[in-house]
Amino acid sequence: MAKFENAHDIKVIVATDCGSTTTKAILIEFVNGEYRLMSRGEAPTTVEAPFEDVTMGVLNAVGELEELSGRKLLDEDGKFISPANGKNGTDVYISTSSAGGGLQMMVAGVVRSMTAESAERAALGAGAIVMDVIASNDKRLPHQQIERIRQLRPDMLLLSGGIDGGTTTHVVELAELISAADPRPRLGSSYQLPIIYAGNKDAAKLVSDVLADKVDLRTVDNLRPVLELENLAPAREEIHELFMEHVMAQAPGYKKLMSWADAPIMPTPGAVGLIIQTIADQYGIEAVGVDIGGATTDVFSVFRPDGTNGEFNRTVSANLGMSYSISNVFAEATLPMVMRWVPFEMDERDLRNRVKNKMIRPTTIPQSMEELIFEQAIAKEALRLAFVQHKSFATVLKGVQQQRTIADAFEQSSSGATIVNMMTLDMLIGSGGVLSHAPRRQQSALMMMDAFMPEGITRLAVDSIFMMPQLGVLTEVQPKAATEVFEKDCLIHLGTCIAPAGQAKKAGPVMKYTIEMPDGPVSGTLDYLELKLFKLGVQDNGLPIKVKATFEPERGFDIGGGKGNAVTREIYGGVVGIVLDGRGRPFDLSSLDEKERVSYLRKWMTEMDIYPKEAMA
Amino acid sequence: MGHAYTPGLKVTEQQLVEKRRILPLKGDVIVKVGDQVKPDDVVARTVLPGNVVPINIANKLGIPPEDIDMVMLKKPGDPIKKGEEIALSKTLFIFKNYCHATIDGTIESISSITGQVLQRGEPSPVEVKAYLQGEVTEVIPNEGVVVKCTGSFVQGIFGIGGETNGPLHVATQDNTVILNEKLITEDMAGKIIVGGSRVTANGLKKAIKAGVRGIVVGGFDDQDLRDFLGYDIGVAITGSEDTTTTLVVTEGFGEINMAHKTFELLKHHEGEMACINGATQIRAGVIRPEVVVPKIDADKTEDAGSGEIVGLTIGSAIRVIRHPYFGRLGAVTDLPSPLHVLESESKARVLEVEFDGGERATVPRANVEMIED
Repeated sequence: MAKFENAHDIKVIVATDCGSTTTKAILIEFVNGEYRLMSRGEAPTTVEAPFEDVTMGVLNAVGELEELSGRKLLDEDGKFISPANGKNGTDVYISTSSAGGGLQMMVAGVVRSMTAESAERAALGAGAIVMDVIASNDKRLPHQQIERIRQLRPDMLLLSGGIDGGTTTHVVELAELISAADPRPRLGSSYQLPIIYAGNKDAAKLVSDVLADKVDLRTVDNLRPVLELENLAPAREEIHELFMEHVMAQAPGYKKLMSWADAPIMPTPGAVGLIIQTIADQYGIEAVGVDIGGATTDVFSVFRPDGTNGEFNRTVSANLGMSYSISNVFAEATLPMVMRWVPFEMDERDLRNRVKNKMIRPTTIPQSMEELIFEQAIAKEALRLAFVQHKSFATVLKGVQQQRTIADAFEQSSSGATIVNMMTLDMLIGSGGVLSHAPRRQQSALMMMDAFMPEGITRLAVDSIFMMPQLGVLTEVQPKAATEVFEKDCLIHLGTCIAPAGQAKKAGPVMKYTIEMPDGPVSGTLDYLELKLFKLGVQDNGLPIKVKATFEPERGFDIGGGKGNAVTREIYGGVVGIVLDGRGRPFDLSSLDEKERVSYLRKWMTEMDIYPKEAMA
Repeated sequence: MGHAYTPGLKVTEQQLVEKRRILPLKGDVIVKVGDQVKPDDVVARTVLPGNVVPINIANKLGIPPEDIDMVMLKKPGDPIKKGEEIALSKTLFIFKNYCHATIDGTIESISSITGQVLQRGEPSPVEVKAYLQGEVTEVIPNEGVVVKCTGSFVQGIFGIGGETNGPLHVATQDNTVILNEKLITEDMAGKIIVGGSRVTANGLKKAIKAGVRGIVVGGFDDQDLRDFLGYDIGVAITGSEDTTTTLVVTEGFGEINMAHKTFELLKHHEGEMACINGATQIRAGVIRPEVVVPKIDADKTEDAGSGEIVGLTIGSAIRVIRHPYFGRLGAVTDLPSPLHVLESESKARVLEVEFDGGERATVPRANVEMIED
C-alpha cells in the first residue's frame, strides 16, 4: 500500500468494519474540494466455518463497492490496487473489527471504586467488553474470585492497584490470586494469557515475580499514579497492541487483513469512541453517542466538567438490547415503565409472551402499527436504562479529597458525582436499527428525547448506516476526511430539542420564544406539558439550516442561562425540525391519571406526527 | 435478502445424530471406538482441581510477611486437614500461637511478600455421560468422544433443564389440548411426556412431583415460567436450571398448538426411549433444545435429514412467528421482489400466504419460518 507523508495527498479511501454478522465497506473520495462518501457495500462476515477467513467477506464487500462505484479497487490476485490512479485503486485501506465476539477482558484493581474503576474505564475506552471486575473489596471471598477468574476465559486481563509509592501488598495479593487461578485465554491454547500490569510502579517487580512464568506479562505506567489523576492512555495503547498481536492474530484470516491495512485494526467500539471524541474536540462541544443493538447498548460521552478539557467515557450495557436482550429490558424496566409510552391498553400476559417470542426469534420485525409502538416504547426504556448506567459510571474521580467552602456544603456534592450534565450537552447522536431505521425520523427524535430527557438546547442526530466505526479509524489516517464525511454523509441531522428544565404545579406558560425562521420570525408561548414542532430543514449539502432564536423561560425554568434568564443563540434545523419541549425536567407523569396520560401522549404524538392518527385511536 | 426468513426447526423421522461429549478439563476417556453405549453410561472422567482458599498467616500471627518461612510447619505441596496446625509462632518462649488449615487439601504456595498462604482443596471428580444410545465413533484423546446414532430428531424453540432420558408417553389426545394437572398421573414417573398446545403451571408442578423426567409441549406461558423459576429469564441462555423435569417447548410462548407433524412423530414412537435436552442459547453459536429417539437397529448410513436446504418457494409450508398472525400455518402463494410498505410503515420484503382455512395475507419474510419436510 502507498504511504503518504502528507495526509492531504490521500484522495481515495476504502474502509471496512468486520462485524459479527456483516462486513461493511465504504468508499470515500476527495471531489470538488471536499471528502464525500461515494458508495457503500456489504457482505456476510466469513470468520466462522465453513469459510474461516475474514478477508473473503472483506473482498466480497469491496467487490460490491466496485460494482456500485465503477472504481476498480482489486487486481486479478484480489489485492488492493494502490495508490489510486484515475478510476483505479485506493490510496488507503483501513479496517475495524468486532467479529468473533470482539475484545473480551477482565480487569482487576485494589479498591472497586478507585483503581478497579479506572482500569474498567481504560478497558471500556479501548473498546473491550468487560466480563468482570475483580477488586480486593468487591465483597467476594478470595476463593470465589479465583473460581470466577478460572471460569471466564478472557482475551486479556488488566491488573492495577495502588498509587505510585503506596503500599504494594494488596496488588501483589491480587497477582497471587490470579496466579493461583491459572487463567487461560479464550482463543487458542498455544499462547499464554496476556496480562497488562498498570499499577503501583514499586510493585512491578514483585508482580512480575509472581506472574511472569505463567502469563505473558506486560508492564505499563500506573493508570492511577496519584489519587487525583487518571493516566489511561498507556494501558489503552497496550490493550490495542495486544489486541492486534494476540486476539486478531488468532482469528482466521486476520494476519492477511492486517498486512493489507494501512493503520492498525481497531476494535469497533474503540473506533466509534474515537470519532465522537474527535468531533467533540474539534468543535469544543459536549456530545453523547448511543448504539443500541440486539444484545447490547453502548453509550459514549464527552463532557467538560472543568469547562475546557473533554473527558471521554464509554459504557456497555451487556444485557440491554432490542432482540436477544429484549426480555431483560422488560424485566429491568418493569411493565408500567414501558406502558407509560403506549397510548392504548394491552393485556399483560399477552405482552409478556410477545416479548419472549421476540427474544427466541430475534430477527422478526414489527408488521402492525401496534407492534411498532410497543417496540419503540421498549427501546425508550432500554436507552434510558443504559444511560442511567452510563451516568453512574462517568463520574469525577472517586476517593479524591475535596476542599470545601461553605457554599459547597450546601450543595451536598460528593466525590464520585456524575459529570453528565444534560443542560450543557450540545449533541445527542443515536445509532442502531431501532433508531437508524425507524419508519419516520420523528420517531427517532422522540425516542431519544423520551429516553435521555435532554435539557436546554440540544441537537439530535442519527447515524444513517452505522459508518462511525470506519470513520473512527480514519481519524488516525486523515482526520479531515473523517469529520467531513461524518457531518455530511454519516449523520442525519434531525434538528434541535429545546427543553426548559423545571417543573410547574399547574398548567401555564413555561417559556416565550422567537425564532428567526427563513420566511420570517415566529413567536409564541410554550405551555407546561406542551410539545411544539417547527419545520426547519437541511441544506443541499446535507448540513442543517441555522437560524437565530431567543428563548425567555419563566421563573423557575432554565434554558441554559440560569432560572428565568433569556438565551439568544443560533439553533440548527434538520429533517425533523425544532422541537420545543414543555414537559418539564425532571419529567414526571405520575401526577397525571391514566386518562390524562393517554390524552397527553396522543397530543405529543399528533404534534410531532409520530404515528398515523388511526393507530392511536 | 434472499434468505430473509428463519429456517424452520428440524423435525425428522430419521437422521444421523452426532454429539461431542467433551470434558471441561483434560482427563481419561474410558470407552473406545466401536463401543455401544447407553445414555447413562460414563464415557470420560476427570478431576477438577479443588478451590483455592487463601489464609493470611502473617496477619493472623502478627508477624512481618518476610518472616513467614520461619513459622510455617508445612511447605508447598504438603497435604493438610481442616483444623490441622500449619503455622506456629512462639513469643516469650511460653506463648504459642497456631494457625490452622481451614480446608482439606494441600498447600499451594507461601508468599513472603504478602504473608499469604494459598490452600488448595480436594479435587472433585467430573463425569461425562454418553447422553445418546449409540456407538462411539471417535475418541479425542484425554478430552472425550463422539457418540453417533440414527434416530428421530425434533428441535424445540426454547427449553429449561438439562439432559435426561426416558420412555415417551403421549399425555394428550391431540396437538391442540392443554396439558393440565388432571392429565398427569403417578404412573408417568421416569417418563418423557408429550403434550399439546400448552402446559399449565399446575401441570408442570404436578409433573415434577410425580417424578416425570421431561415434558415436550407446544407452548408455555411466560408468566408461568417466571412463577416456576422464581425469576424472569432476561436472555435466552438456559440448561442449568435447578429442576428435575426438563421442559422442551416446540413452538413458542403462549398457547400454540404443537405442529401436527411433530406431535404425530412423537406419538408414533410412544413407549420408545427418548433423550432430551432443554439447553437453549440464542446468541451467536445458537443451541436449541432437542428430542432424540435413537433407533437401535437402524441402517446407520441412511440420513434422511441431510437434504439440501432450499429457500422459500411458492408452495412452501410456513408458520408465522410474529403478531398479528402469530402461530398460523399456511402455504406461500407469491414472493414479490419489490420492497413492500407494511402497516408499521417499515419497508420490507414480503410474501403472500394462504392460511389453512383459505384466508390470505401479506407477511414480512422475516416473520415466517419454514416448516421443513
